[in-house]
Amino acid sequence: MSIPPSADPSAQGPPVGGSPDRLAVVAAGGQVPAEVHERVRQTPAVLEIDRFNLWYGVKQALHEITMPIPYGKVTALVGPSGCGKSTLLRSVNRLNDLVPSVRISGEMRLNGDPIYDKRMDVIELRKRMGMVFQRPNPFPMSIYENVVYALRIDGESRRAVLDEVCEKSLRGAALWDEAKDRLGESALGLSGGQQQRLCIARAIAAEPEVLLLDEPCSALDPIATGKIEDLVQELRGRYSVLMVTHNMQQASRSSDYTAFMYLGRLIEYGPTTDIFTKPVLRETEAYVTGRFG
Amino acid sequence: MSSDPSRRRRSAHAALAAHGEAWVWLTGGCLALAMAMIIGLLGYIVSEGVATFWPRPLELLELADGRRVLGEQTARDQAPDGGGRRLMRTANFELTGKHFEWFDDAQVKTATTPASATVVERLEGGRFHGFPTRLLHGEEVLAEGADAAWKGFETRHPEVRRRWREAWRIDKQDRGELQRRLRAARLAVVRAELNSGPESPARAAAAAAEEAIAKEVAEAERLLDGRTTELRTANDGLGLEFATGSGESVVLPMAEIVRAWQPNRLSFTDRLGVYVARWGEFLWDDPREANSAGGVFPAIWGTIAMTLIMALLVAPFGVLAALYLREYASRGPVTAAVRIAINNLAGVPSIVYGAFGLGFFCYVVGGSIDELLFRPALVADGQPTFGTGGLLWASLTLALLTLPVVIVSTEEALSAVPNSMREGSYACGASKWQTIRRIVLPRALPGIMTGLILAMARGAGEVAPLMLVGVKKLALDLPIDGTFPFVHPEREFMHLAYLIYDVGFQSPNSQAAKPMVFTITFLLVAIIALLNVAAIWIRGRLRRRYVSQQF
Repeated sequence: MSIPPSADPSAQGPPVGGSPDRLAVVAAGGQVPAEVHERVRQTPAVLEIDRFNLWYGVKQALHEITMPIPYGKVTALVGPSGCGKSTLLRSVNRLNDLVPSVRISGEMRLNGDPIYDKRMDVIELRKRMGMVFQRPNPFPMSIYENVVYALRIDGESRRAVLDEVCEKSLRGAALWDEAKDRLGESALGLSGGQQQRLCIARAIAAEPEVLLLDEPCSALDPIATGKIEDLVQELRGRYSVLMVTHNMQQASRSSDYTAFMYLGRLIEYGPTTDIFTKPVLRETEAYVTGRFG
Repeated sequence: MSSDPSRRRRSAHAALAAHGEAWVWLTGGCLALAMAMIIGLLGYIVSEGVATFWPRPLELLELADGRRVLGEQTARDQAPDGGGRRLMRTANFELTGKHFEWFDDAQVKTATTPASATVVERLEGGRFHGFPTRLLHGEEVLAEGADAAWKGFETRHPEVRRRWREAWRIDKQDRGELQRRLRAARLAVVRAELNSGPESPARAAAAAAEEAIAKEVAEAERLLDGRTTELRTANDGLGLEFATGSGESVVLPMAEIVRAWQPNRLSFTDRLGVYVARWGEFLWDDPREANSAGGVFPAIWGTIAMTLIMALLVAPFGVLAALYLREYASRGPVTAAVRIAINNLAGVPSIVYGAFGLGFFCYVVGGSIDELLFRPALVADGQPTFGTGGLLWASLTLALLTLPVVIVSTEEALSAVPNSMREGSYACGASKWQTIRRIVLPRALPGIMTGLILAMARGAGEVAPLMLVGVKKLALDLPIDGTFPFVHPEREFMHLAYLIYDVGFQSPNSQAAKPMVFTITFLLVAIIALLNVAAIWIRGRLRRRYVSQQF
């Protein structure tokens, strides 16, 4: 790690009342150090984000983000709207490349491979990740073809392989029982919650190294949300998940680690239980308990 | 609640405007007006076009000056003072010099509908009206008296027509085939001469082959001659003698009679039979009498062939251009300028496209093709093959004309594809082209079809450019037929929309052609509607398949 480890949170004691409010400093345009808990650093990382900055034109959206994403765990990004959570997520699989005015500095590494290296093939990079978006976006084709899309574009046409992947992915996304009898029907006929689980099945079909979830429940009703949360629980351990969420309960229930972001800065990052029960910063406590934001 | 009455009244007015009642009436009224005009126009075309072939009664008018006229009433003017006048189709042009005549009601002493009054459609000379008197075979009288002669005619006529048709088919198809062989052999000689020189053995071989083919053709011609002579002799001499309304006697050769009926004694089902038979001739036969009678089959065929080829040409071209403009080109002033230019292209008068098509496609492209590939034909008889108007050039010109419509609507359809789908595809590791091909295009297909439907409707009804690039008044050789190589893109063709102009405004007998114009218009509208319905059906299927009904 390039930055010095900060003090152990338990040794630091309760949030200090006298220091200036970090969020106010950030809002005024200043820089604050990120509080990254020691336990985050001790776990092996699947994805390392290293001093990452991003600009939309002249406006800087991400400031010096440095955070490791633990392997095989669920990491939640929380923070008020516009704090750069989704931008950070979309930077991981370089979807921001599609936006013409975007400029970046810093580095990200997926299992050691530099993501923003000139020699990195973006197409190959994206094949190593899966992504699920805010609104379900099933493709205009059958359920089956949706799931095996990533394999199809790789030119896989052996029926047995496709069938196996389809069933495995749908089971993994807890959709198999509902969809197994209508694989040939249009995916657009599924309900919103089913469509989102289909998108998850599509994302895990190619065995991704990281699964990126961008507020996967924001367009769903509570029951569908519950199913997706259960699903994320099941994915834990098998996949490394990076999830953006607006919902504090969701973050506390589903994730192993939580990062709190504000105006493009990483404010505090640690194990979810610590963030929600004994955060280092009173700003984080204020946010996760709903007194701010 | 306010107690001031004046304030309450004002607020009531304000509420009326706010509820938008007036806007509902304004918008609804505009729609109703548009619908009334469209339905009125279509209804007029349909009612006039459908009635053309219905057999109407023949009236025998006895006039105050002693004349007797046999005719079909086609129009009637009612004067304000109670008198009126009627337009009679009197036919018998070769006797009276008129097809139609107006008669004042005051002139008419009596009007009767005699049972044996007969309408005859002839191959040439327009209609004939009269009473059958005798059935003749040369000097021999086969039957005498109105009923006997008519009966004899009805039994013999189908056989006579069959023989006539066979002779006609031999002349058109078999002899045409022989002429084509002869011409091919002659062109082979010219080609050999051009390629190897006038004294070369290749030319000598080709000349020998031509001679052999010429002998074969002459032999075949003699056989055909024998057959057609046989057929024509069998028909010769058979004739039906008529007395006209004014009592003159005329003999019509039976082979010249296309169809005859006695409208005054027809039952409803008989009328229906005549009606259907005349529609059949209209749809399936070649035109007669400067297109004002007979059928329009070559024009139907030409219209459909041209519209479909145009759609096949414009669809890939327009869709690819729109794809580049929407998916690949970077946003900027140049792209915006290109887009404006394309929109403006849609406003260029169609005759300009015609002139461009003639100058560029026919003369430059077609001329070059002739120089490169069809030089023998050019040398042998100075006849251009591709260097003149033809189906291909007409289709290309109309494809160019409808290109802006397709590009603009395809762009609309592409921009209506949600970005979330593109991102979802990219996130799966798809390349840009894979995303376009597998996600964007299928999803945009219904919208692209809409553009194509608009383009087809516009192209099928276009006349002005076609007059310059290949549509002819009469072109009986179909551009797609059973002769190798089956599709003849260089051939000139007939087109229904042009036929409307030609029959309606260039015909020597415009009064008789008027109902034909309505029928042709009706047919053209029906064909375009049919093409559109087919395209809309396909679009509906695509939409159900690719576009969500949710959200």
